[in-house]
Amino acid sequence: MTRLRLGLAILGLLALAAIAAPWAAAWLGVDPEMPDLLARQSGPSADHPLGTDELGRDILARLLYGARISLAVGLAAALASTFIGLAAGLLAAWRGGWVDALLMRIADGLLALPALPLLVLLAAMDPAAIGLPRGGALSDVLRIVLILALFGWVGVARLCRAAAISVLARDHVRAARALGVSEARLLRRHVAPALAAPLTVAASLAVAGAILAESTLSFLGLGIQPPASSWGNMLANAQDLVFSAPMAALWPGLAIALAVAGAMLVADGLRARG
Amino acid sequence: MLGIIAWRIPQIAVTLILLSLAAYLAIGAMPGDPISMAMMSDPRLGPADVERMRALHGLDQPLLARWWAWLTGVLRGEFGYSRLFARPAAEILWPALRGSLLLLGTALALAAILGTAAGVLAALRPAWRGAVDGLALLSQALPAFWLGILLIILFAVTLGWLPAGGAPEEPGMAEAARFLVLPTATLAIAHLAAYARHTAASMAEVLRAPWITAARARGAPERRIAMVHALPNAAVPLLAILALDAGVLVSGALITETVFARPGMGKLLTDAVMGNDHNLALLALLLVATTTLLATLAADLAQRALDPRIGAGR
Repeated sequence: MTRLRLGLAILGLLALAAIAAPWAAAWLGVDPEMPDLLARQSGPSADHPLGTDELGRDILARLLYGARISLAVGLAAALASTFIGLAAGLLAAWRGGWVDALLMRIADGLLALPALPLLVLLAAMDPAAIGLPRGGALSDVLRIVLILALFGWVGVARLCRAAAISVLARDHVRAARALGVSEARLLRRHVAPALAAPLTVAASLAVAGAILAESTLSFLGLGIQPPASSWGNMLANAQDLVFSAPMAALWPGLAIALAVAGAMLVADGLRARG
Repeated sequence: MLGIIAWRIPQIAVTLILLSLAAYLAIGAMPGDPISMAMMSDPRLGPADVERMRALHGLDQPLLARWWAWLTGVLRGEFGYSRLFARPAAEILWPALRGSLLLLGTALALAAILGTAAGVLAALRPAWRGAVDGLALLSQALPAFWLGILLIILFAVTLGWLPAGGAPEEPGMAEAARFLVLPTATLAIAHLAAYARHTAASMAEVLRAPWITAARARGAPERRIAMVHALPNAAVPLLAILALDAGVLVSGALITETVFARPGMGKLLTDAVMGNDHNLALLALLLVATTTLLATLAADLAQRALDPRIGAGR
């Protein structure tokens, strides 16, 4: 329970920071995308509380704007994964037979492949080829969400399938079937409530996984493209600068770790409760 | 047991063929093809040359036909040439595989041993439970690339004890080991959490079992109960994680290899995929997928052998 509260508190604070980004930047009088070549890699000061990056952009402002993108990608990808996973898991458990076999083999196949090289491959694909607009931060976000959902549904589907199968095999459900209750009502009245607990756990784990995956892709230069900032792409240059500006690498990584830990704490807390 | 193998092997074969098709189509959907890349690097090539080269290499054929040609070639044992390195694809694969096996073998062995030990500690000593849980959470939440950078800042930049990355220039075990320490630590920390959490959960469950109470009633010492009665039974579910990690062993660690500039499968796979190198990318992907699927089958069989209750109901 305390873990659930701690996790929710962390995520809530980060969400507040993300929402407050424009006001914070206006109050500081900085633009997160405006380079200032005369003040590159400056240390913390009154104008720039966390200093500036290799192009002289304010690190705090970029961190806050990065929170918007990283959290939005995390939540949207998790939502999409959960939705697809719920549908696939429910379908597999309810229909059984060849539908179940087919869906689970697809899941096995996705798990057997090295996730990261494939994410890289998909991220490198031309967005126009799959009907997405090209260019701009919004297109990047949509692209990453789509790719992450493509892999993220597997875990959710397995959890949902296991939970649904165990409910469908119970005596009261079989009795309801024997009494002639319609399948739709069966799924709504008996299966859906039993799925709520594992689904919330899987969804919060998916948030953690998506935030981590987005930061990784952006770190590799395939996710959110500069000048828009995400926590991952803020770290992309940091490695080349470890000798001159080691502190620049600290904050974005800390933000990612906090967000992921927050989502995992929520999952842990929910699991302990359910 | 034989029935399971006879049923699963064809399934694995079909999965692999479909995976290769999906990967082929995905690589084909990336912008540019091998000839357009050659054209960009050589200004003397005209449109007629491009047409001729496309026809020569079969690139004017539809993707499906090219995939079929590739598949029949592989079944004859011909893996083709790597476009990026202009050498047989299989020849490129082995050195990278060796590098990854060394790095990931060390790291995963370390993670499995330390993770299991931490899990046992958490299950046996409730006082340690919070610390182990916290460490496991931390190790899962830290992005691998950030952890790598932090280790570089601490041990290479500030303390200057270890190299920041790259491959050893002088031969010798000690030199190679120096370059292995930081990437191994990064990977081991990242993989440790899964073992710790699963061991802790399954140990706690096993310790509530009736035969443990029976062993206590007979007066068996606690240490013997934990190590001989509980741990082997608690370790059965760990086989599933071990099987997934077997695939990781072969697929390399893209992030860690990139951060520490080590040659390996992760980087090779990515380069091959990005460089439109169908032969190399597919060979590497199939190697990884085959290893994971076979390891999963092996883990399944081992679990059934160790715990006859699994699958008895079917």
